[in-house]
Amino acid sequence: MIEVRGLTRYYGTTRAIEDLAFSIASNEIVGFLGLNGAGKTTTLKILAGLLLPTAGEVRLDGQDLLTAPLEVRKHIGFLPEEPPLYTEMTVRAFLVHVGLLRGLTREEAESAIPSVAERTSITEVLDQVIDTLSHGYRKRVGIAQAIVHHPSLVILDEPIAGLDPVQIVEMREMIVALRATCTVLVSSHILSEVSQTCDRLLILKDGRLVGQGTEAELARRARGLARVVVSARGSREDLARAFDGQPEVTGWTLESEAGGIATVRVDLSGDHREAVVRRMVEAGLGIRRVTEAEAELEQIFLQLTGEGVR
Amino acid sequence: MRGLLLVARRDLQAYFNTAWGYVVLAAMLLIDGLLFNAWAMGSTAQYSSDVLEKFFYISSGVTMTAAVILTMRLFGEERSAGTMVLLDTAPLTDLQIVLGKFLAGFTMIAILLGLTVYMPGLIFVNGRVSLAHIASGYVGLLMLGAVVTAIGTWGSAVTRGQYVGAAIAGVVTVVFLLTWMLAKVSDPPLKPILSYMALFDKHFQPFQRGRINTESLVYYASVTFAFLALAVRGIQGRRWR
Repeated sequence: MIEVRGLTRYYGTTRAIEDLAFSIASNEIVGFLGLNGAGKTTTLKILAGLLLPTAGEVRLDGQDLLTAPLEVRKHIGFLPEEPPLYTEMTVRAFLVHVGLLRGLTREEAESAIPSVAERTSITEVLDQVIDTLSHGYRKRVGIAQAIVHHPSLVILDEPIAGLDPVQIVEMREMIVALRATCTVLVSSHILSEVSQTCDRLLILKDGRLVGQGTEAELARRARGLARVVVSARGSREDLARAFDGQPEVTGWTLESEAGGIATVRVDLSGDHREAVVRRMVEAGLGIRRVTEAEAELEQIFLQLTGEGVR
Repeated sequence: MRGLLLVARRDLQAYFNTAWGYVVLAAMLLIDGLLFNAWAMGSTAQYSSDVLEKFFYISSGVTMTAAVILTMRLFGEERSAGTMVLLDTAPLTDLQIVLGKFLAGFTMIAILLGLTVYMPGLIFVNGRVSLAHIASGYVGLLMLGAVVTAIGTWGSAVTRGQYVGAAIAGVVTVVFLLTWMLAKVSDPPLKPILSYMALFDKHFQPFQRGRINTESLVYYASVTFAFLALAVRGIQGRRWR
């Protein structure tokens, strides 16, 4: 559905993004992660048609954004961090106007309003002047303007920024519901939010893509299967005898010790699970369980972006 | 064409959905009316055609001022409110955006001029003027308004701040107004060029006196076209910045 190849953008001599390549399937929700200045907004702006790339290509359903920009823009909805709203208009008039701008006929635009309003929970404020709406409602109207023309790709830049906890939950449900009709690209600084909303993640660092995949795939890649949780019959001292000084073990932490069973989290320099088990057997520990540790998204993110704090 | 009209309609609504459009129109009409009463009508006997000429003279200044003020928000307001993104992500060409905004500004000028018609009408109370003279004067005012609206559209397109855009448009307009003075102290080949460029002195005065001058129509259309083309170039650069 979206194909990005060799996408590069310079601001003067400063590189914002370089050689980005990824593809996104239809009806997928993909999260864009990166530290400030990583190139997220530049990439989103290029995908939305706001900026032109220095090099590379972007294809939406086979159409090139550079050679057929007007046609491609008809199929894209974009919500920047601050919703773009004509505040002196009513919500209804604004949405009709945006629909017309994006190529709908007046009848199509007017008939799209009820369903869009329902999906974004703004039905009760449709005839209210936008200037009188709260921040949460403005965000929803921002989403409504991004989907009023039934786009196949919706790009949301920091959609939950500035929302209260209740609004965040509503926004999350709204984004997930968008999947039924379109592909969604979300950028956010709030990792837990991305984790709960997105099917797949793209992680940027210094303008380069340093990781892409599901959270589990990224976790595996980030630490190279290098963290396991081990439960064994034995004491802390027995575990120390098994792990301390071993070249493949970079560190270990006791998580619990009860009823003669100790549970530890072991960091490895690679996929050395078999060697660890062998050491434990040699140390006379009764192995009860060896599992791959689940990484927190924060850890994956920090590790992939090289900002890790262990 | 549809996109152009959508942009124009929305910008026209913006003038009238807030007090801005009403305030500018009211202020300009007030100034025009006061000057017409105090200076054009005067208290001494004079030919009706002289009164009409003075009315067009006053209205030309009011029209140019209004055009600079009305156009300063065309792009500046969109940028400061963050709504330019709606136009930039819509399937609109840069030409449609610029022409739409120009059309909105020009329509406001036309409305302003339409509301001044009562002033030439007052001349008929104690005198008589040719309707053709009135028509030619208004054609001149519309053409002058189109030029300054185009200059203002360009000023707004190439600057970030509304006031900076208005200042640039104002300065450029004044330069075009004063080229006749430069022509006086210049030698050929610059002299005829500067003389030809004079926005008011060379080109508006025939309309003011009741003559529709084809050369001036071509000049006004050319300058309008040139500044609209520059405005398109100006906003094209935003996708590279």
